[in-house]
Amino acid sequence: MSNSLLAHLWLIPAVPLAASLLILSLSNVRRGGAAVFAIAGQVIALILSLVAFWPTLQTPAYRVWQNFTWFTFGEQVLRIGFVLDPLAAAMLVMITLVSLCIFVFSIGYMATDQNFTRFFAYLSFFSAAMLGVVISNSLLLLFVCWELVGLASYLLIGFWIDKPSAAAAAKKAFITTRIGDLGFFLGILWVYDRSGTLLFYDGGNGALEHSGLLSLGASATFIALLIFCGAVGKSGQFPLHVWLPDAMEGPTPVSALIHAATMVAAGVFLVARVYPLFSLGAINGVTPSLTVVVWIGVITALISSLIALAQADIKRILAYSTVSQLGLMMVSLGVGGVAAGIMHLLAHGFFKALLFLGSGSVIHGCHEEQDIRKMGGLRRLMPATFLTYAIGMMALSGVPLFFAGAWTKEEILHATSLWSVSQVPHYLMLAGVVLTALYMTRQMIYLFFGPRRTAAEHAHESPAVMTLPLIVLALCTVGFSVLLTPAWPWLHDYLSGERAVFDSSRLIQPIFFLSLALVAAGIGLGLGVFLYRRAGAIDPLERALPGLFRFLANRMWFDELYDWTIIAFARATARASDLLDRYFLDGLVRTAGAIGGALGSLTKGFDERGINAGVDDATDVARGFGRVIARRHSGRVQTYLGAIAVGMLALLILYAWLT
Amino acid sequence: MNPTLQLFLIVSAALFCIGLLAALSRRHAIFILIGIEMMLAAAGLNFIAFWRFGPQPAPPTGVMVAIFAIAIAAAEATVGLALVLVVYRHFRTTNVDQVDQLKG
Repeated sequence: MSNSLLAHLWLIPAVPLAASLLILSLSNVRRGGAAVFAIAGQVIALILSLVAFWPTLQTPAYRVWQNFTWFTFGEQVLRIGFVLDPLAAAMLVMITLVSLCIFVFSIGYMATDQNFTRFFAYLSFFSAAMLGVVISNSLLLLFVCWELVGLASYLLIGFWIDKPSAAAAAKKAFITTRIGDLGFFLGILWVYDRSGTLLFYDGGNGALEHSGLLSLGASATFIALLIFCGAVGKSGQFPLHVWLPDAMEGPTPVSALIHAATMVAAGVFLVARVYPLFSLGAINGVTPSLTVVVWIGVITALISSLIALAQADIKRILAYSTVSQLGLMMVSLGVGGVAAGIMHLLAHGFFKALLFLGSGSVIHGCHEEQDIRKMGGLRRLMPATFLTYAIGMMALSGVPLFFAGAWTKEEILHATSLWSVSQVPHYLMLAGVVLTALYMTRQMIYLFFGPRRTAAEHAHESPAVMTLPLIVLALCTVGFSVLLTPAWPWLHDYLSGERAVFDSSRLIQPIFFLSLALVAAGIGLGLGVFLYRRAGAIDPLERALPGLFRFLANRMWFDELYDWTIIAFARATARASDLLDRYFLDGLVRTAGAIGGALGSLTKGFDERGINAGVDDATDVARGFGRVIARRHSGRVQTYLGAIAVGMLALLILYAWLT
Repeated sequence: MNPTLQLFLIVSAALFCIGLLAALSRRHAIFILIGIEMMLAAAGLNFIAFWRFGPQPAPPTGVMVAIFAIAIAAAEATVGLALVLVVYRHFRTTNVDQVDQLKG
């Protein structure tokens, strides 16, 4: 069964892709058709993912792959393939499920958009590309799908192309991630140079298997760091995080898709996928490349949590929260908690999609207003959105027991505390948990509590087609936590390839870290309620620390910093090259042209006076001769005939004389 | 007077010369054609004469060539007469001295 399943694994990305192409061929008015195709494609992908998920449940550490030759170039055989293991299977289910909810939500959210069909085509394409990333068994195939994800994100962030800010954000996202992808690509080349294969698993010959890792040797650290560059770009890690908040320019379902299921998950997934590369030669679970991952993650998580505190745009707060959660995942991967990191990625996929769709519902209800300072008191006007949003918010903040975020954060804190290099990340992550709870409480209070401000006065609950996905995602978020409890750490064991056993005593074991997480979340929540309970148009933090608030509200001047440094440098370089081109290179070209021209006139003179003269003389002679001959041509037949007769006679005489 | 080879050759030569003279001296295109036909006939007569007075028995090669020549002469006469017709229509004359457009 597994073989036939494996042979059809490619269908999981292929079906949404086919749906996307089908929708693209529809005319703009066939809205119903577009939605039906997109959702049908996603449902089929979900069913196939569940079918693929099943065998991975049966056997711990299940891993099957199928490779085939893509092309042969001289003696180099390039092979690609698909792999199915717990990591891929769990991601497949999460992506398809979350995407499905987002697709359904989009029907309501984009109902009045002119380019409804195009939107669904892109959405399907986006999900197909991400599914391709997940099942790739080859760095090359993964890279191809990775770039397709980038392309889809470009198309969707800039979906409202007539809005200049959207076009700019799309360009920014594309170019910023491209910087990381350059490193990723160099890493791929290096792997191929060293091991001669780009396959992950190939019955012992893959790049991630023993012999492949051995052939990488000492360069593994650099390769891992180069590949990590790609993850930094895609997952919005410091210093390439600047594109992620700007990506909010896209329609809200796109933000949900980017931030939950597809784009940013790719980076974390990539690190998890090539984890053997990172951990090669680990002493006590520490390698240089993993240490870099940890610190990048720590910096990202803290910076973005702080920035989130001072943002006023509902989606930007969520965007920075995504960045910080991704940082947390990176930290978890870096300190060795791969399973914890992926668990958080999966849980985050659910609750962040929920939050983004909830924010979409709020924006929709408040007539496209995104400034939280203009909202307030929405809990009575939008009860379904409020309840689901609260669940998402509590999951993200780490409220324990029933919400997924708490368990995964506890796991991550546990993993960081075991890191042998330093305890600093552990404490910083605790601070991050506090900050997360704080900014989420701030957002909750601004949105749903307090007096109704301008935009909230005519707010209305969204239609069922939008609230239903919210409810499904909320149920997933709560239900998912069952799989995460320490007593039955099913997902943890599933991901680390062990058979899950129920053991109630283990519920007590991590009580310390659980309580730590709980206390941290509690501090954040309490502080938030205390600070923001009477929050008005002016943020309490702004009143207390205006300088710091401005610093954070302006995103720590990162964009400006890049403007002044990298972009200014690029501009200066471009200007210098322009001048170089215009004056130096053009000068060279002009000089060469002038030399050519001079040579040309020289040869022209030579031609006219030397060669032409000779030719003219020759033709004169020929013409004179021709004139003489021409005079003999009277045009009279009988003259010619006579000449023939005379000639014959002459030949005859000659013949007679010779014989 | 017994018919000998010399006699035939003399007749043939005379015929050829008459034909050549006609072709060279007459100004009417059709007479020139007639002259050419006479030269061809003289050549045919030569073939048969040499065959008839050659070693016997021999395959009838001379006769064959003569028959071919007559057939070709017929074809040539048709083409020639057609040409004369066209030339007449074009130049309104059959005087070959006036048809000298090909002069150099």
